[in-house]
Amino acid sequence: MTADQARSSIAATFGVEVTAAVPMVVTVAPDRWEELARFAKDTLGCRFFSFLTAVDWKEQGLEVVVKVDNLDDNVALLLKTRLGPGVSACASLTPVYRGANWMERECFDMFGIHFDGHPDLRRILLEDTWVGHPLLKSYAVDTPHPPYR
Amino acid sequence: MDWSGPERLQMNMGPQHPSAHGVFRAIVTLEGETVVAVDAVIGYLHRCHEKLSETLTYAQYPSIASKTDYVAAMTSEFAYVMAAEEIGKFEVPKRAQYLRVIVAELQRIASHLLWLGTWCMDMGGALGGGATIFLYCIRERELVLDLFEALVGARLLYGFFQVGGTRYDIPDGWAQKCRETIDLIEGRIDEYEQMLERNAFFLARAKGVGIVSRELAQDVGIAGPLLRGSGIDYDLRRNAPYSSYQDFDFRVPTEKDGDCFARYRVRMAEFREAITIIRQALDKLPSGPISSRPALKSVAQIRIPKGEAYARVEGPRGEVGSYIISDGSAKPYRMKWRGASFSNLAILPLIIPGHKVADVVAIMGSVDPVFGEVDR
Repeated sequence: MTADQARSSIAATFGVEVTAAVPMVVTVAPDRWEELARFAKDTLGCRFFSFLTAVDWKEQGLEVVVKVDNLDDNVALLLKTRLGPGVSACASLTPVYRGANWMERECFDMFGIHFDGHPDLRRILLEDTWVGHPLLKSYAVDTPHPPYR
Repeated sequence: MDWSGPERLQMNMGPQHPSAHGVFRAIVTLEGETVVAVDAVIGYLHRCHEKLSETLTYAQYPSIASKTDYVAAMTSEFAYVMAAEEIGKFEVPKRAQYLRVIVAELQRIASHLLWLGTWCMDMGGALGGGATIFLYCIRERELVLDLFEALVGARLLYGFFQVGGTRYDIPDGWAQKCRETIDLIEGRIDEYEQMLERNAFFLARAKGVGIVSRELAQDVGIAGPLLRGSGIDYDLRRNAPYSSYQDFDFRVPTEKDGDCFARYRVRMAEFREAITIIRQALDKLPSGPISSRPALKSVAQIRIPKGEAYARVEGPRGEVGSYIISDGSAKPYRMKWRGASFSNLAILPLIIPGHKVADVVAIMGSVDPVFGEVDR
């Protein structure tokens, strides 16, 4: 499957614009998030799970970003979904990619996003007693954390 | 915890365990000598590089990026500046591209040497005393660090890369010294192979241990020698060339078995490929400027337009990537760091169960995690 075939295939199935950049960017609504991941893996052959992260767009809310690759045909996909203002829940991709397990835990740790269906959602890098989610734009860099200042 | 069934024991490895090569805690559940579950506890070295990068400019952060994977500092800087260059559409002069390739491959040699030494020391007793290979490897790694010291003045964290090129050019006589060093290391690699591959204990501990299937490797997103050790012929330097890698002839070593020995074989072959690439780059090194940007006079000098880019390089541990979102200021709006070690380490809870407790150390070492990069 070439990049062009992948692009038209996504556009036909999800009815969204796909950019021509590398990696190509696909944005869908949160309710089709898991479906998109499954489509990328099963139909487009993007079996390599590169990373999952989020971006805090302040008043526009959080966006979850995932990169997957088809290593055989060199097709790279950047999947995105906007959760909407004030929303911090998203479908988990752990049933599709096992690599999403730790990445979603990190995302929960840093952004406070609750991934529905994650088998073991707890903090991974920070300690369990940490207050707040550091990568949110509302979290100041110099936020004191007792006993450290 | 389920206490029904056979008697189980929870054992704590770390956070200060010699085989962890850093700070890592594994809570291992045992049935007799057999591991049934592993819970990996990470984060001891967490400095939140991603938040930090939002406070530092494109001129400042590259030298901090080297502190993520401090065993391969050059590759971390590489990924970050490439992402910034992609958004800003900055040209990188040919000479700078070649210099980047040379230091990245030297770094691969240094990193693999440290891996080989420490991994063999972890499996200690099996190698007739343990520290032998470690000391040999450290001896050779020092030679590579000497080259870096002559180049940038630092031995571990370099700050060699900057957006638009490199900060330093090679000094007089450096190329000759570099050739002599890689010639010497090439011969020593043969010696290590003879020492290890004729050692029945080494083979017994490495072969058939910690098998990662092709399917699992991709699903978790492990990269580099682990991916190629599982039979997937994929290397960014060849499949998605950057920084003029297409100018060089080299082989991408792969192994089918997916066990610790396969990963060892891939890395041993990568030593030789790295040496080949360095020789070609030194032979063909073009003259010209080393940076397309004016010399840095202030920290906020580099501004890149709005946009986003994901740049990745093939580090010693696999795909090291930097995903930058720029809002047009001198600092990134958001920077995601894809550390190869984080994804590689995530494979441990999936492959260790079923092995004996002594194999935990062998498998963990074969993954080659660097905890600065896991925790970022």
